[in-house]
Amino acid sequence: MSDALDLSLYAKPDQDGTVGVDLAIEGITCAACINRIEGAVRQLPGIKDVRLNYTNRRLHVAWEEGAPAPAQILPALESQGYHGHPFVPQRAEQEEAEEARKLTRCLGVAGFAAMNVMLLSVSVWSGNVTDITPETRDFFHWASALIALPAAAYAGRPFFASAWRALKARTTNMDVPISIGVTLALGMSLVETANHAEEAYFDSALMLLFFLLVGRTLDHAMRRRTRAVAGNLAALRADTAHRFVGDEIVSVPVSVLKPDDRLLVRAGERVPADGVVMSGSSEIDDSLITGETLRRKVAAGAIVYAGSMNYAGALTLKVTAAGGNALIDDIEKLLDKAASAKSKAMRLADRAARIYAPVVHLTAALTCAGWLLAGASTHDAVITAIAVLIITCPCALALAVPAVQVVASGALFRANVMLNAGDAIERLAEVDTVVFDKTGTLTLPEPRVANAASLDPALLQQAARLALSSRHPLAMALAREATARVPYEGATEEPGRGVRVMIDGIEARLGSAEFCGVASGEQKAALVPAFAGANGEGISHIYFSYGSKVAAVAIAQQLRPDAVEVVTALRERGLDLRILSGDRSEAVAPVAAALGIAQWQGALKPADKIAVIEELKGQGRRVLMVGDGLNDAPSLAAAHVSLSPISAADLTQAQADAVFLGERLQPVLDTLTVSRRARRLMTENLWLAVLYNVIAVPIAIAGLVTPLIAALAMSGSSLLVTVNALRGGKRA
Amino acid sequence: MNVLVYLVPMALGLGLAGLFGFLWALKSGQYSDIEGAALRVLSDDDLEGDPSSSVPGERNRSSR
Repeated sequence: MSDALDLSLYAKPDQDGTVGVDLAIEGITCAACINRIEGAVRQLPGIKDVRLNYTNRRLHVAWEEGAPAPAQILPALESQGYHGHPFVPQRAEQEEAEEARKLTRCLGVAGFAAMNVMLLSVSVWSGNVTDITPETRDFFHWASALIALPAAAYAGRPFFASAWRALKARTTNMDVPISIGVTLALGMSLVETANHAEEAYFDSALMLLFFLLVGRTLDHAMRRRTRAVAGNLAALRADTAHRFVGDEIVSVPVSVLKPDDRLLVRAGERVPADGVVMSGSSEIDDSLITGETLRRKVAAGAIVYAGSMNYAGALTLKVTAAGGNALIDDIEKLLDKAASAKSKAMRLADRAARIYAPVVHLTAALTCAGWLLAGASTHDAVITAIAVLIITCPCALALAVPAVQVVASGALFRANVMLNAGDAIERLAEVDTVVFDKTGTLTLPEPRVANAASLDPALLQQAARLALSSRHPLAMALAREATARVPYEGATEEPGRGVRVMIDGIEARLGSAEFCGVASGEQKAALVPAFAGANGEGISHIYFSYGSKVAAVAIAQQLRPDAVEVVTALRERGLDLRILSGDRSEAVAPVAAALGIAQWQGALKPADKIAVIEELKGQGRRVLMVGDGLNDAPSLAAAHVSLSPISAADLTQAQADAVFLGERLQPVLDTLTVSRRARRLMTENLWLAVLYNVIAVPIAIAGLVTPLIAALAMSGSSLLVTVNALRGGKRA
Repeated sequence: MNVLVYLVPMALGLGLAGLFGFLWALKSGQYSDIEGAALRVLSDDDLEGDPSSSVPGERNRSSR
């Protein structure tokens, strides 16, 4: 595009008086890229700082206010073979980054404190069996207290805060027994230290916090990594709009568009905002919005929606007010309803905590009462009861689920699936019914050449290579077939008709039938039926002539390459499969037949889709919705769990519990495989934690627990569940 | 055992120094790009006295 994007529109002031922008970078492959990218930008005038983050593939550039650099940054990157896309961090991502820093700080504090206290504790343990003097022991205990109390107060905040929130809402979660255990362990140790006792549990409390924070930090880091990739992909797709300023056209980010702005939408571009056509006429593909694959003719006065593809000619739009769109309004209303009605699935760990906490606290109370009845002193009875609480403090239990979660999201990441929701894995594992949308989900998001087999390969290659010179959507679909990615030199495009070029002295033309000299109806009919199975629905033809040779290339929506195998595999697992589509029934029927899905419905409005899903839910089914259209967003929210391809509309992506990459459908199958395995491991881990308690609690009730036993038992059980969780990391 | 009166606070002080070092590293963003840091150490275009080091991109390109 000739009109370069002005980066200063995205710039934000940095602390030191410069302005900066974040770019998501495409094409980073190796370590040398760091220097090439930073070097290319650094030599521009006025650049103050360039820093590439290799982990999340983002470049931060800062320049002096008013420097000429911003306009040159993207071209400088292009010259090195990289594409930069301005990246506007989402608020959720910034909050997560802050949360991650907080967790890592807590982890650091807990780690250093645990190490130092352990140093003192080991001395006391070995001293207790040899010749430590009571004074030295007291000194060590007080030193431990000095480290442990402030460290636990700081590092325990994530747990204390979450436990407090749960208690205020009159429920319990895993953090409640953790907080009680830690507080009691520290409190009792303090009292015992003051009484010159032989034993204190400062180390247990800190080790517990440390292990739990490791689990949480890893869980968080994994989620942030998937979020960062999804964010970059969103930036790659983020469209810019061509806005008229007077008579000039300027590229601006879609986010700065206001109602009444005038926009130019060229053929082959997506409509950047909802608007009314002021001039020009074209065909519009609404499939990303409604699932409808038949193109709609638009002229002055017609309403077009953001995300539609402009096929034929250039349009001038007037942006309408954000609230003035009947379709989006409807969808958002449905979305609100569906999202609020969504049963908050109770997480496995919380369910375990709800049973666990009362049992443990009751056991502790009974222990205390039992020892009192048996004639022990009040002090001893209380100490034993607290020991029960400390040893049962659910370290293993609290790690059981997050550890599996980390490993499973890593496996999903490698299978090109990114999780949006923290509890998606658990819900995915329960799925028994899968509902697919058709357009863009079972089929590829972009149309493809459908009759490649029946065309002369050499002719097809010429046509595809010529297609590289055109921006028309049909030509772009054809261009995908080109093996040589170099456009012909001297190709000229005649807007609305086609492209032509001289190849070896013979003229080649690509475009409409008339443009390629196919004028009569018979000629057309002779070329077109070459594509078997053509029923004329949703298939467009583009013509290519080379001298006297003429070919009609059929362009149509195609199934994802592995759709049939994946659907078969899903059915073999006993899943109930359905298709709910917004497209016409005639377009849905062949897809359903090809995939062997008996239960399908077409021409559904968003509300109809929700109704069907609610009905399925009413039968007690757990529904996985896989969809990409804007019209799918409410049903994604209504389903038990949802999955979207990354090509989906923004609103849809935001609603999905997970998104997948690439043009294969395989990730759907992988997601279910990995989640089911993860769910099994979670359950196993919870039972391992229970088993640990069955062994440890009697020892605690008998009053035999020493700090050494507590430390060994806790670390041992934590390691056990972590090692078990690692089994979930295999590829799907 | 009076030596402990010095040794334990010293150990504590060293521990705290380590902790503050970690917190400083975290704050200055050294944990924000873990993969990149591992690769940057391999690049040699920050060598002193190299006349072209002010324009790393140029040199890098010509050297390949």
